[in-house]
Amino acid sequence: MSLDIQAIRADFPILHQQVHGQPLAYLDNAATTQKPQCVIEAVRQYYERDNANVHRGVHALSERATAKYEGAREKVRAFINAASLSEIVFVRGATEAINLVAQSYGRSNLKAGDEILITEMEHHSNIVPWQLLCEQTGAKLKVVPINDDGEISLEDVESRLSKRTKLVAVVHLSNALGTINPVREIIDLAHGQDIPVLLDGAQATAHLAVDVQALDVDFYVMSAHKMLGPTGIGALYAKQELLEAMPPYQGGGDMISMVSFEKSQFAELPYRFEAGTPNIAGVIGFGAAIDYLQKLGLENVAEYEDGLLRYATERAQVFPGLRLIGTARRKASILSFVLEGIHPHDIGTILDRQGVAVRTGHHCAMPVMEHFQVPATVRVSFSVYNTMDEADRLFAALEKVREMFA
Amino acid sequence: MFDLKDLYQEVIVDHNRSPRNFHRMADANRIAEGFNPLCGDRLTLYMRVNDHGAIEDVSFEGSGCAIFTASTSLMTERLKGKTEAEAQSIFNGFHDMAVSDVDAPVDSATMGKLSALAGVREFPSRVKCATLCWHTMTAALANTGETVKTE
Repeated sequence: MSLDIQAIRADFPILHQQVHGQPLAYLDNAATTQKPQCVIEAVRQYYERDNANVHRGVHALSERATAKYEGAREKVRAFINAASLSEIVFVRGATEAINLVAQSYGRSNLKAGDEILITEMEHHSNIVPWQLLCEQTGAKLKVVPINDDGEISLEDVESRLSKRTKLVAVVHLSNALGTINPVREIIDLAHGQDIPVLLDGAQATAHLAVDVQALDVDFYVMSAHKMLGPTGIGALYAKQELLEAMPPYQGGGDMISMVSFEKSQFAELPYRFEAGTPNIAGVIGFGAAIDYLQKLGLENVAEYEDGLLRYATERAQVFPGLRLIGTARRKASILSFVLEGIHPHDIGTILDRQGVAVRTGHHCAMPVMEHFQVPATVRVSFSVYNTMDEADRLFAALEKVREMFA
Repeated sequence: MFDLKDLYQEVIVDHNRSPRNFHRMADANRIAEGFNPLCGDRLTLYMRVNDHGAIEDVSFEGSGCAIFTASTSLMTERLKGKTEAEAQSIFNGFHDMAVSDVDAPVDSATMGKLSALAGVREFPSRVKCATLCWHTMTAALANTGETVKTE
């Protein structure tokens, strides 16, 4: 099915503004996506009509808030096809989800000499929590290298798995390179040696359909704000048997069933991992974002974005002095590049003045920059509301950059 | 409307393309490192200061954006022959200019060629690109031996 992009654009109020006297071309979706009216409306309605704490009130507002909050959990479950609602834990985002796994699962299962396997293309949020865990336990971090296209090889994964490997943590879709990793094959390799796998889906869930049961993945983490939802909310998926064995991550209200000064009993799953009053409005907005994506159909979204990426890539390949960073065979939504002799930050500033918003910098993936021997890149990242016309405006703006530095 | 040419003036493009005093200095007696972690701008600043506190020579090595490179290049030109106190005073004037209101007048008579960098005040995220070299200069004169970071 082909999407009506103009109708979709009409759903996003923020897109219809001028920046520095030019119409906004928002091409920084890997940093955060914009929000459709239905998400904004869901959050507004919650505060205007339903605001109450969840899981404890007997009054009407609390029951409505609880129903919407738990309704959103069901939307997340269905979105990634988890087997059970108790496998969906709401957290602040992918970063907190990874920290939760590191501190709860990691600290109770890893010891000195054990290994955690990650890749060279990870976002800092899938590096630093493991480094903290390594410092706490004496475990070691091992890294699968990337090649000059920004891909990893399964042979390199396999050769780094050993009896000491206790967890594999890999990004599903790289935020700096756009690479889609062969996650199914990585999971099969790891499971062949009974090693659980965490996938960082922060970037993936707005672009790729995810089925956690088909993947048989053990942990999957996501951030709502990168998939048209609010900031400050995300979800951890973890297999029930893993969650059941994991100690609580934080203590507080809502995660207990009974408290006395001698001992407290923890609540059932997933509440055991949701201490304190949660980001209720965020969760409800998250649910609305999933509804919106489901209505469009992720396959349609992916097909449309792939067309945009192909078009922009073809234009980039013939642009004088442009070097693409990240040329994996399987990519989605992200075009990272440098221009010969012109620093990415100068490019970013000049594009901004022409209404074109891109990200310039290391994209929280400094090891990737190190690999390609660049201090930073320009990163263009597409969402479903972007157009070919905006891609054309990007390259027209880049022409202007070249003129200024000629 | 603000013109991009106000930021990327001819003198900035020129100093970016051919930075002046861009080399290591074998007989430097003041050296400091500057680093901007967010952008990746990196700088080693070399100075030779005589017994009377006069800056005899300044040079640098490093890499970064055009604003960073041009600002550092212009600074090295400006500092030669100045005393440490004069250098600090020029930095104060430069800093005031870089963070001043967009409509505030620029004291071109005092700032000279450095006033080409006044455009950064329109771009709060780029002010640190223009000032990293000056902070590094302060560290070099103080000889603290610590890397200057803008974050």
